[in-house]
Parts: sequence; C-alpha cells; structure tokens
Amino acid sequence: MIDVLLITFLISLFYVAIANRIMTYLKVLAFQGVLLFVVVFLQLSEINPVNLALILLETIVFKSVAVPLFMAYVLKRNNITREAEPFLPNFVSLIIVTFIVVITILLANGVEDTNLDKIFFVVALSSLFTGLYFIATRRKIITHVIGYLIIENGVFVLSLAVGNEMPMLVNLGIMLDIFASVLILGIFLNKIGDVFKDVDVDQLSRLKDH
Amino acid sequence: MIGIYLIAAFLISFLLFLNRNKMVAFVLLGLFLALQGSLSIYAYLNFRSTEFIYFTYDPLALLLLLTLGIIAVPAFFHSHIYLEDQPAPAQSRAIYYAAIVLLVTAISAGYLANHIAVIWIFTEITTLSASALIYHHRNKLALEGTWKYVFICAISITFVFIGILFLSLSLENAGSDELSFKNLLANSSRLNPFWLRLSFIFIFTGLTAKLGLVPMFTAGVDAKDKAPAPAGALLSSVLMNLGFVGIFRLYVVIANTPLHHWANLVIGIAAFLSVFVATVYMVKVKNLKRMMAYSSIEHMGLVMLGVAAGGIGYYAAILHIILHAFVKSSLFFQFTQLYRVYQSKSIYEVGNYFKYNPTGAMVLLLGFISATAMPPSGLFVSEFLIFRSLFEAHQIVLMIVVLLLLTMIIWAFGKNIFRILFIPPVMFDDSNVPKISPWESATQFALLAFAVYLGLNPPTEFVELINESVMLLPK
Repeated sequence: MIDVLLITFLISLFYVAIANRIMTYLKVLAFQGVLLFVVVFLQLSEINPVNLALILLETIVFKSVAVPLFMAYVLKRNNITREAEPFLPNFVSLIIVTFIVVITILLANGVEDTNLDKIFFVVALSSLFTGLYFIATRRKIITHVIGYLIIENGVFVLSLAVGNEMPMLVNLGIMLDIFASVLILGIFLNKIGDVFKDVDVDQLSRLKDH
Repeated sequence: MIGIYLIAAFLISFLLFLNRNKMVAFVLLGLFLALQGSLSIYAYLNFRSTEFIYFTYDPLALLLLLTLGIIAVPAFFHSHIYLEDQPAPAQSRAIYYAAIVLLVTAISAGYLANHIAVIWIFTEITTLSASALIYHHRNKLALEGTWKYVFICAISITFVFIGILFLSLSLENAGSDELSFKNLLANSSRLNPFWLRLSFIFIFTGLTAKLGLVPMFTAGVDAKDKAPAPAGALLSSVLMNLGFVGIFRLYVVIANTPLHHWANLVIGIAAFLSVFVATVYMVKVKNLKRMMAYSSIEHMGLVMLGVAAGGIGYYAAILHIILHAFVKSSLFFQFTQLYRVYQSKSIYEVGNYFKYNPTGAMVLLLGFISATAMPPSGLFVSEFLIFRSLFEAHQIVLMIVVLLLLTMIIWAFGKNIFRILFIPPVMFDDSNVPKISPWESATQFALLAFAVYLGLNPPTEFVELINESVMLLPK
C-alpha cells in the first residue's frame, strides 16, 4: 500500500513537469500533502500517539491546506499571470524528470541496506532533483517557492523511512518545514508582492559587482 | 550556564524588539555583552564539561567563543554609531538590535553544540536573524539581497537535513543511534561508508552557504553587501566560523574512517574552486563591500585547503579562521566610516581618503596589509603554514597555482585600496564631508593589533588550545 502511494507521489512529479498553470502546481502540492498524510499513518505505526497526531496534523493542515491556500491568495492578490512560463518546453522537462528518476533508481540499486526501503530513497532523491530543476528553469519567484516545497515534501518522505527508529528526525523535519515555509512565504512573498509589482526573477538581478 | 545564557539572551532580544527607548536599549545591550562575557569565562573555567547533554565546552568552541566575545563589543559599538548616523525609524532600530543579539546568541550556541542536529537548529536561527539585519534598509535592493539569502539558505539547510538523515542511516550497524559527534567518533569504524559519503556531501554542500565556499557562496556575498557594515562584519567573520565548526566536527569523524582521503579530495576541490572564483571576482569587482566579501571567500578557501592538506595544515586552518575574523571585521567596521565620507560604495566615487580621514585611512592600509597576509600580519604566519602543509602533502602544482591566484588577488585588492587612499576622486564635492573622530577607529586598530599579536607571538595557552582542537585528527 505504501509503495502504491509513493509511486503515485512519483507520478505527481511527472505531472508537475508538464503542467502549465500555477494553480495546477498548487493542486499537486495539496495532493502530495494528502498522500504524505496516508503514508505517515501507515508507516509510523511504532511511535507514540501524541507525536503521531502532531505529524498527521502537520501534513494535512499545513502541507495540504494552509500552504496551497495561502499561495493561491498571494497569486490572486498580486495579479500574477497564471501561466508558469518555463524557459524550456514541457516536453524537455518531461524527459529531464524521467532522466532524474531513472538515475536515482540506478543509484538506489547500488545500495545494499536491509534497513532502508529503497522506494523511499528513490522518491526522496527524485523530488529533490526535480525541485532543483524546477527552480532553475522557471521564471517566477512563486514557482521557485513551489520548487522548494516539492523538495521539502521529498525530504519528508526520506525522514519517514527512518521515522520509526528516530522520531526526533521527523520532528526536526517538521520544524524545517514550518520554519522555512513561514519565513519564505509569510514574510517575503508578502513583501515582494508589495515592492515588486509583477513578481519575476528578472527584476531580482540588480545586485551586481559594479 | 548555557541554559541561563539562552533564556536570558532570548529574553533580552525580545525586550529589545519591544523597546523604543534609546537608554533602555543601551542597558539591555550592555547586559547582553556582560552575559556573553560571563559565558566565555564560564566556558574557560568549566573547560571540557558538558551541559544539557548537547553543549560541550571543548577547545575549538572555547577559542571561537572568545573570538566572538571580543568581536561582539566593537560590533555593538559601531552599530550604535551607524544607527545614529543613518537615522532609521524606531521600529527598524529595535529590530536591528534584537536581530544582532539573536545572531550572536545563535552563533555561540552553535559553536558549543556537540550534536549535528543542534548545530543545524542554531544555523537556522542565524538565517532568520541575519535576514532581519540584511533587510534593515527596507528598500528594493535590500529586499533582493534578503530574498536571495533566505532562499539559498533555506535550500542549503534542507541539504544539511538530508545529510543528517543519511548520517542516521550510516549508524545502523553501530548499535547506538545517537547523532552526537562523540558517539559517531566512538563508532567510526562501524559507520556504513556509502551513507557516510552521501551524508558528508550533503552536509558539506549545505554548510558552504554559511562558510562561503563554492557552490553556495553567492548568497553570502549579496548579504554582506546589503547588510549594514557592522552586521556585515559579523556575517563575514564569526558566522563563517560557524559554518567551519559544523564542517570541521563532521570532518573529524570522517578522518577516522577509511573515507579520509576521499573527504580531503572533496574539500580540496571546493576550496580550490573558491580561491579561483574569488580571484575572478576580485579582479573585476567595483563595489568595495563586495570586494571584502570576496576576500573572505578567498580566505575560507585557503583554510579548507589547509584542512585538506592535513598535517600542520589543521593547526594553520584554525589559527587562520580566528585571525581572519579579527582582520575582516576590522575592515568592515572601517567601511562604515568610509561610507560616511563618500556616501558611496563604488570604487569610481571614492579616493584621496588620507585627506578626509587620516586615522581611518591608516586602518584601511593596515587592514589591507593584514588581509593580504604580508608580514608583520598574523595571517602571514597561518598562510605560510598552510602552504607548508600543501608542500608537505606533495601538492606542489596546486600550491603554485594557488600562489599565482593569490598574487592576482593581492594585485586587485591593492589596486583598489591604493586608489581609495591616494588618487583624488573625480567630481567629488568635499564641502560637506563630516569630521570623523579618530577615537572611533580605536577598536579597529585594537582588532588588527590583536591579530598581529596572536599570529607572531601566540600565548602558550592559545597554541595548546589549537593543538587540542585538532588532537582527534589522524597525523
């Protein structure tokens, strides 16, 4: 069951690669949050109930409701155009994401570790590199943030792989989620929306050496 | 003590955030400096003891804590002058003071932490407080700098977290899954090399954002450019040392495993590229503050080359980060005065500094001599030892290339500094240049002199502390 969910997570990465509108990205993020919710429920059976409840709350409330809703609000308030405007065509994106997944699978095959479920490793590294690729090839700041959130979801998957033995690490991961997201989203998207009217990285290139 | 320190420091930071009265701010900042001083003294008296499980007063932490304690005093002093000179709204002022106290606190706790996850947490807090400092001026450029810093630091901190996860996987066969450096070191022979390798790559890459090495150095340069210079001094000295501490402590673990040689290779490549990149930028940079930031990248590259070379290089690396912290912060403090004279950072709009502010010009000249490691600068000793370690490690070609790059850096640095000092500026209206009291430069001279003293005639205790810091590394 967990495998099915994680593979669905992987498929959502392909979907992100070919999607055109920012709203679609947000929906995918919310969907990934729900997937993670179920994975946590199935995977972390051994940790204490209060901690489990906290983690579940974080995935469902924070990852799949609060963040996408807030991003949609920012999108609307700043009148950001709804197209994602990638530098590369979607077809190339799809090939690159496929390439990333294949490479991580090959890498995972080299691992000889009975304690780690390889699928966690594959999903986590794929979403890490997909997120980085996403950040590098999209023009808008808001898509950079979405790329970062995809990376975070991937890291969360990885922390679940060791979650039963070390619940502390999952908690740290949640701290990272909340801290970084609040810092990036809460303060800056608001501020950047006020100062720069159309939020585009091209406007953020005035810091130079001369 | 560390518990009291953290609670009191967070409380002071919070009060500074609420406070709008100048006198109260002075009292609170004074209290914080006293607190910082007493933490250093306590660390000295309770050497090698552990508190709250996660904090140990070990030699490296003690050395850097003392460095931080010394630099914090002039940093607060120059912050005060800076805020008097460029009046900011009471709110920005309050945020500035609260953030700088939080930054110093987080850096101190990060030095003392003996657990990789605790270092990670305090590194996050430094990102938060540094971003408040960078955004001090609340304009477009400051926002751009802050955004880049926050975003890159967020990604790098995620990288460190992935590294921690892999580190926990590498402990599977070790019997104990505690991630403290002591436990890692005790189990170093049983760590899984595959996971350890991945873990080191990720943690190293993540912490380079703080240390200022390739690949994540870019955010730090923008941050030091946009932050007010007294805060930039902290970002460019003690905060870089925090990145060094994180990497160094993990490196000590790796050095006791068969991966030692491989880790040296990774560090060596990143360090060489940093020196190279710093050279390229130093030659063409026209913004003085960024020039000093690139010079920090060059120095950190040299430090990591020393670590990679091993032998006497370990000693030299630790000596170098301490001396560099004093010299670079002094230069940044001097920059506040320079900016008051010319109201510009561009190399094209400054010049003839000896005429307008002779004392400041002396600091700049001595700072240049120190930063480029010409004798009698203390950095000369540490750089000499780093090159000796490269020589002893039979890296002659690398050594020659780095020396050539350093020559270019000295040329570029010198060209700009002498232009500031002697060549009259074009189209500069000197009718309302402010008079700067020579006493304001006293702390800068003191820092430079201290660096010379520690380099040329180090007290026995200081040498012993450095030797003890590198004791766990294989010879």
